[in-house]
Amino acid sequence: MSEMACDKHKETFVLNMGPQHPATHGVLRVKLVMDGEYIVEAEPVLGYIHRMHEKMGENRTWAQFMPNMGRLDYLGALSYNHGYAAAVERAAGIAVPERAEYIRVMTVELNRISSHLLWMGAYLLDLGGFTPLLYAFDDREKILDMLERVTGSRLTYCYFRFGGLYNDVDDQFLAEAKGFVARLRSRLPMYHTLVTKNVILMQRLKGIGVIDADMCRRYGVTGPVARGSGLNYDVRKNEPYSVYPQFDFDVPVYTEGDSMARYMVRMDEIEQSLRIVEQAIDGLPDGPVMAEKVPKIVKPPKGDYYHAVEAARGSFGVRLVSNGTNTPYRMKLRSPTYSNLSLLAEVAKGVTVADAVAFMGSLDLVIPEIDR
Amino acid sequence: MLRDRIKTALAALSPLEITETDHAKKGYDLDVQVSPDQVPAAAEAIRQEEFFIEAVTGVDWFGEQAAIVAEAAKVKAAAAKKAAAAAAAAAEAGGEAVPPAPAPEAPAEEAELLPDVMEVVYDFSHYQENCRVVVRTRVPRDNPELPTISSIFQGANWHERETHDFFGIRFLGHPDLTPLLLPEDADFHPLLKDFKA
Repeated sequence: MSEMACDKHKETFVLNMGPQHPATHGVLRVKLVMDGEYIVEAEPVLGYIHRMHEKMGENRTWAQFMPNMGRLDYLGALSYNHGYAAAVERAAGIAVPERAEYIRVMTVELNRISSHLLWMGAYLLDLGGFTPLLYAFDDREKILDMLERVTGSRLTYCYFRFGGLYNDVDDQFLAEAKGFVARLRSRLPMYHTLVTKNVILMQRLKGIGVIDADMCRRYGVTGPVARGSGLNYDVRKNEPYSVYPQFDFDVPVYTEGDSMARYMVRMDEIEQSLRIVEQAIDGLPDGPVMAEKVPKIVKPPKGDYYHAVEAARGSFGVRLVSNGTNTPYRMKLRSPTYSNLSLLAEVAKGVTVADAVAFMGSLDLVIPEIDR
Repeated sequence: MLRDRIKTALAALSPLEITETDHAKKGYDLDVQVSPDQVPAAAEAIRQEEFFIEAVTGVDWFGEQAAIVAEAAKVKAAAAKKAAAAAAAAAEAGGEAVPPAPAPEAPAEEAELLPDVMEVVYDFSHYQENCRVVVRTRVPRDNPELPTISSIFQGANWHERETHDFFGIRFLGHPDLTPLLLPEDADFHPLLKDFKA
């Protein structure tokens, strides 16, 4: 199959996928050189929604940059809040109260579940199954409602502050979150019978877009994509931060490296996130949600600092360079899907367009985070 | 331990500087400063220890040399002032007439101003162990060139293209340095400190 597709003597043509294409989920364009139904070369063309967030970071104060964190990965924005806040806290030496960290973890995990649910619905929509989207959005809506009450927004969160949180949670939120954990737990078996064991889904995903561990390493792949390739790598475990070491949860790993493995990793992660949320609700300590001695104007000492967190799509890293003033000197945002997508050219060689769609969907792309 | 192994491997390349850093304070374990032509060798040593590439980026140290010179001049002026004050105090104690303050020195060091540099920063991390390695190198700002590592870590391809977009740093041997995130006809580099929109 691939031999035929890569034969240069055959006549090829260029097919443009995107930038407005339902399966690219945002404005991503992929230039495909096709030999009939098979892809000879695939070249992603990025930058359609590039906003130069890193330059914006250099012309506003440390605190003023926080709202930008809701506008990179708009499906898992709280992880980005967490990554940036933690990086500045590391640089400026700010300690965060334990209650604030518990609430951070709780909301980040709820956000991760909502992101995975949306991914599942949208991915199955790509593959031609409409119904699961409605179920997934039903559950996701509950999370958005809960988070809206405490954070003030439904999608582009700006909830974390250096040294804590903008707002404490109340009993109603905790009760709702607890109710949601029970609800989603009871519905997960239904998802699996409705979707996972579907023979059409299995045939579309199994053996499609195989990524091995070595390829992950060469491209810097992280998150569910790496864990679907047999790599037991999760920043929450490998480089513990916040209060994650206090929680008991597993890192789902599948060794097949195909789209099905990545699907299974995310479905299992929903369960693990539910476990974390439950433990965080039960163990939530009393106390303030904001550190007392946070300076009004944060000025981290000279130097550079790095902090990574496990976002819904992989390792999100912030590399800060401070020159001791109230403005960042350099702000590098390392986004996970940027690295995860970069292997598309290698994997897509010799596969059909339909399989390429199944593969790209399994990478869980969020374009604003790639383009930044 | 991985950290010691990679430190030994990188130290064998005789880098300009190699320091172990506190992970809790800095977020990385090993900070290696190399010359631009040592970058591929360092990347190869890091690849052999099965690290993966996190990111490649740049930092524009525009005005750094001028600031160093200004700082040195400031220190010198302060020292001169202090010496003059001490001399005046000593003279006063001795009952002699206060000598006139020395005329401020002309900035003769202007000619010694070194050209500004840009820093290229490579972040590596490991799937099994908690170890982050940062490789840095400095290239002259007026001719920023260094060899690519995109044949060692294929993921560096996009990161280097992005760094070229934002800083104009040229990676020699890179297969395709056309703009990735910027428009295809972009002839500007927005993260340069003297870039004005």
